[in-house]
Amino acid sequence: MLDIEIDGKRIQVPPGSTIMDAARALGATIPHFCYHKKLSIAANCRMCLVQVEKAPKPLPACATPVTSGMKVFTHSELVTAAQKGVMEFLLINHPLDCPVCDQGGECRLQDIAVGYGGTASRFRETKRVVSPKEAGPLISMREMSRCIHCTRCVRFGQEIAGVMELGMAKRSAHSEIQTFVGRSVDSELSGNMIDLCPVGALTSRPFRHSARGWELSRRESVSPHDSLGTNLTVQVKNDRVLRVLPRENEEINECWISDKDRFSYEALNSAERLEKPMVRVDGALREVEWNVALDYVAHALKDIARNHGVESIAALASPHSTAEELYLLQKLMRAVGSGNVDFRPRRADFSSDGQRAGIPWLGMRISELKTLEAALVIGSFLRKDHPLFAQRLRRLAQAGGKVSLISVAGDDSLIDLFAQIPVAPRDLAATVAGVVKAAAILRGVAVPAGLEGVEPRERAVAIAESLMKDGKKAIFLGNVAEQVDQAGQLHALGAELARLTGASLGFIGEAANSVGGYVAGALPTGLDARQMFAQPRMAYLLMGVEPEFDCGNPREAVTALGQAELVVMMTPFRHGAAMDYADVLLPLAAFTETSGTYVSTEGRVQRVNGACRPRGEARPGWKVLRVLGNVLALPGFEYESSEEVRDEFIPAGASFIENLDNGIALPLAPVAAVSAEGLERIADVPIHFADALVRRAPSLQRTRDAAEPVARIHPQTLDRLSIAGETRVRVKQGQGEAILPVRADASVPPGCVRVAAAHAATARLAGMFDPIDVERA
Amino acid sequence: MAILGAIEPILTAGWDGDAAWRLRDYVKRGGYKALERIFEKRIPADEIIGEIKKSGLRGRGGAGFPTGLKWSFMPKDAKGDRYIVCNTDEGEPGTFKDRDILRCNPHAVIEGMVIAAYAVGAARGYNYIHGEIWALYERFEEALDEARAAGFVGRNILGSGFDFELFAHHGYGAYICGEESALLESIEGRKGQPRFKPPFPASVGLYGKPTTINNTETFATVPFVLNMGADAYLAAGKPNNGGTKLFSVSGHVNRPGNYEIPLGTPFPVLLELAGGVRGGRKLKACIPGGSSAPVLPAEVIMDCAMDYDSIGKAGSMLGSGAVIVMDETTCVVKALERLSYFYHEESCGQCTPCREGTHWLYRIVHRIEHGKGRPEDIDLLRGLTTNIMGRTVCALGDAAAMPVQGFLRHFRDEFEYHIENGKCLVPPEVQRAGSTFFKATV
Repeated sequence: MLDIEIDGKRIQVPPGSTIMDAARALGATIPHFCYHKKLSIAANCRMCLVQVEKAPKPLPACATPVTSGMKVFTHSELVTAAQKGVMEFLLINHPLDCPVCDQGGECRLQDIAVGYGGTASRFRETKRVVSPKEAGPLISMREMSRCIHCTRCVRFGQEIAGVMELGMAKRSAHSEIQTFVGRSVDSELSGNMIDLCPVGALTSRPFRHSARGWELSRRESVSPHDSLGTNLTVQVKNDRVLRVLPRENEEINECWISDKDRFSYEALNSAERLEKPMVRVDGALREVEWNVALDYVAHALKDIARNHGVESIAALASPHSTAEELYLLQKLMRAVGSGNVDFRPRRADFSSDGQRAGIPWLGMRISELKTLEAALVIGSFLRKDHPLFAQRLRRLAQAGGKVSLISVAGDDSLIDLFAQIPVAPRDLAATVAGVVKAAAILRGVAVPAGLEGVEPRERAVAIAESLMKDGKKAIFLGNVAEQVDQAGQLHALGAELARLTGASLGFIGEAANSVGGYVAGALPTGLDARQMFAQPRMAYLLMGVEPEFDCGNPREAVTALGQAELVVMMTPFRHGAAMDYADVLLPLAAFTETSGTYVSTEGRVQRVNGACRPRGEARPGWKVLRVLGNVLALPGFEYESSEEVRDEFIPAGASFIENLDNGIALPLAPVAAVSAEGLERIADVPIHFADALVRRAPSLQRTRDAAEPVARIHPQTLDRLSIAGETRVRVKQGQGEAILPVRADASVPPGCVRVAAAHAATARLAGMFDPIDVERA
Repeated sequence: MAILGAIEPILTAGWDGDAAWRLRDYVKRGGYKALERIFEKRIPADEIIGEIKKSGLRGRGGAGFPTGLKWSFMPKDAKGDRYIVCNTDEGEPGTFKDRDILRCNPHAVIEGMVIAAYAVGAARGYNYIHGEIWALYERFEEALDEARAAGFVGRNILGSGFDFELFAHHGYGAYICGEESALLESIEGRKGQPRFKPPFPASVGLYGKPTTINNTETFATVPFVLNMGADAYLAAGKPNNGGTKLFSVSGHVNRPGNYEIPLGTPFPVLLELAGGVRGGRKLKACIPGGSSAPVLPAEVIMDCAMDYDSIGKAGSMLGSGAVIVMDETTCVVKALERLSYFYHEESCGQCTPCREGTHWLYRIVHRIEHGKGRPEDIDLLRGLTTNIMGRTVCALGDAAAMPVQGFLRHFRDEFEYHIENGKCLVPPEVQRAGSTFFKATV
């Protein structure tokens, strides 16, 4: 440890610390702009100059390493003069347009100018004008004259987002932050640059000019999107959410959030919000009062139970629902007498149900990711499925960790991968089996039964070797690994690989309550999410699910719903398809409007409160289900608060769930070479179509990630199909088809057609990873 | 012919004829002898560094840092790659010596670099050549081919078992790339912006590896130092200022050009060598070491000897040896305006005091020159220079501030006259008569 004295206060810091680190540890304030604890040191703003005993010049605190016995002064005459000088320089070309600047009131430059600047400027010339830049729908770069060239945004792109989309062009006072010519900022983490920008140069395009920072109430919340449990601050004015910002939590999201987390709030004010209950009367949906709607549902359910049996009722919930909603839905179903309840609409294979040792989870804490020596991710569109999880793996790789990816596409993860094996979905299990076999051979133990015929690929051996090294290692199963029809086998293979290598096994988890649903017991004892549509029921209760987008096989689901006698949709939104098949629409309070609990992929229990009142007559899901239970005269539905609901299945005060266990009793099935006859579909869930909220966020819908689906096919396969040269093709799965633009893409494994799911253009298609045909349009 | 004159030339001796740059000519003049002797006699690296230290050879790029000392900073036992880099990114206004070295004696640079590589244990070197002297980049490449073919560069040099590969790398003309760490960034393929120091290149340099960077003239001098011996080289100059140096004399002299003179030669001798002040006019001022060196008025410079210590004592710096001579027809405000414009354009824009400060300095000097100065401007200029100096990432900020301070120190009255009267103390017709450059800048 090194001794350092700052303004007479002593502290010990570890070798390698900078003066800034030491000052932060002491709680001493050193003004700065370019320094950011998560970014590399640039030392370009020069605001953090401090005086160091025996140094002839003031030194930047952010870049100067502490030496033993160093004495630092942060308020000496020399330092004050330096700070005043730098502040003056920063302001000469900065437009003093704070009254019309979006950053006004929450601007670093404004704050520090008040603290360290002079009262008037000696600069009498005209100020520099920088032309506006176009960066896409999320970030506004209209007032680049305000830029103070701290390059935080540039470093963020290079270091955190993994892609440099902004750079400083030109020299001297002509320097400008800009995009590459003709390109926009498309990173799924881009919004963080708005937070990082210390001035009003990069501002939030959706939020611009809608409110002042000080007019907004700040409410703590948690992201309802991916499984990370990202902490958010929701900012509200007049009961409308106007902005969402990261709430720093070093153990989860650090100080970042994805664009999905940041901008999905726009959907809360969507014109598609369902504001009143609706019931189908004489073929048309009519708005009714809540009591009428709930009575209708209760009577209809009772009628169907009486006439067709309780097994003819099924319930499906979105894994983005709160744990309380999931718990009450399954409780209601079981009280009615049906075990047909599930919360995993995109799953195709349920063979692991009943074979799991506990609740599937990440297998480790998120914050432990950085301690890994090696990691293998199986079946994931990492960056687009889990932007911040991918960010942590990116930094792990930067720090020397060996990160490998076996998945169904060769997408650029922007991670410096140790190995990447893109394979057709049908080869996924065999490829992982190859790694398992290689690991067994490396360990010198018997090859697990069933894997004798597997021929490990060269890179599979390298991956196995990376997982055999000393230290902490992990295997993660991504969304694809849970959605393909070999999901159970992949789980079992992952467990075997973990056993052989000493790595931990985990599921990244698709949605905010992918673990919470298991905790809430929203699992079938009757028909699962697939069977309930494959064997059509008479009545469906759908909570937060939009089947044509959220189900693994939307065609099957929508067909089943079309023939049902009763379809009750509890949803914050009304939308085209539902208006055809729904008999009752019950307006649910959306994210930010309801209290509830999310259990993240690491098993962390996070409770949120409502940040604003529900829109129109929408009501929190737990209240709707509670009253429905009352109307159905079911016992145990007397809750006064969502906490009471939660206390029934999560012990009060628990911050982590117990009984997390990825063990599986499912035996390994023999892996044989699969004949590559027909074409196979690869369906990604595009990041901005993954749930009902993001689908309706207008700004996100204008990003490149929200582009219309394209059928992407390997050039060789295109040639084989003799459709090379076509611009549009007809893709068919059974009776379902879609006409889509086609593009040759060498990152798609041969023999496959990549067609995104969760989009209106592909909603008539069937299973995400099922056979598919392509012909001329 | 690139060299107009010399006194006891060492480096430029024999630079006559069009083939002086060829390997055959260089060898005839005694070239590569130093290298051959090192490998023949298996002279240890430490001995070479010691010899360079003893010779008093100081960096010819501008800072005047003792060369032998710099070489000795390379970590002795560190494993892995290390590099030698030659800085031929000659961009300072007034400086034009390195281009002549590449034009007339590229093999001296190559030999110097191979010797330096051997002395510090580098296996790879780069010569970073200013982007605006493309023809000389090509010439250096040609010389390199000759040297490679003759076995002076490459694998197993002269059968010694020592490998050294040398490459030419051309920049695109940015002044800042002459700053050693910006130069390294540029070689690495990034935007030329200086790095924060420490760490210095000797510990973390090119591609993060220990690197020695020297100026072209420095490398070119090394073989001569070893050939004639450290003592003889030192004696050619004066203590702590060993040897001879190239001076690029420009401005109002009859014969502008490069001159090699022993360090310590009186300024009037150099001025005489360059043919004296043009038109027999009176000397007004001189910038003795390139545009970043503070200007010295005639009465001061005429008493100076041309060496690092004497010029330093007089309140300026020897810098790169670029001597800019200004006669009595010169408007010093206009001269400073031109210099300030240069630094404003060439600041890399990375750090605040330099990016904004150079811009502001230029705007003020420009205003004064154009009759729009204000009484407070002189104090403002002075204040700004103190706000820039010592607060920037690299020395460019200081380089921009020092000429302003120099001009204000010695010619304050002319600035005041400009401000008060909205015109120059030197009447326009006098300026016009004295300068062909005048019309171009109006």
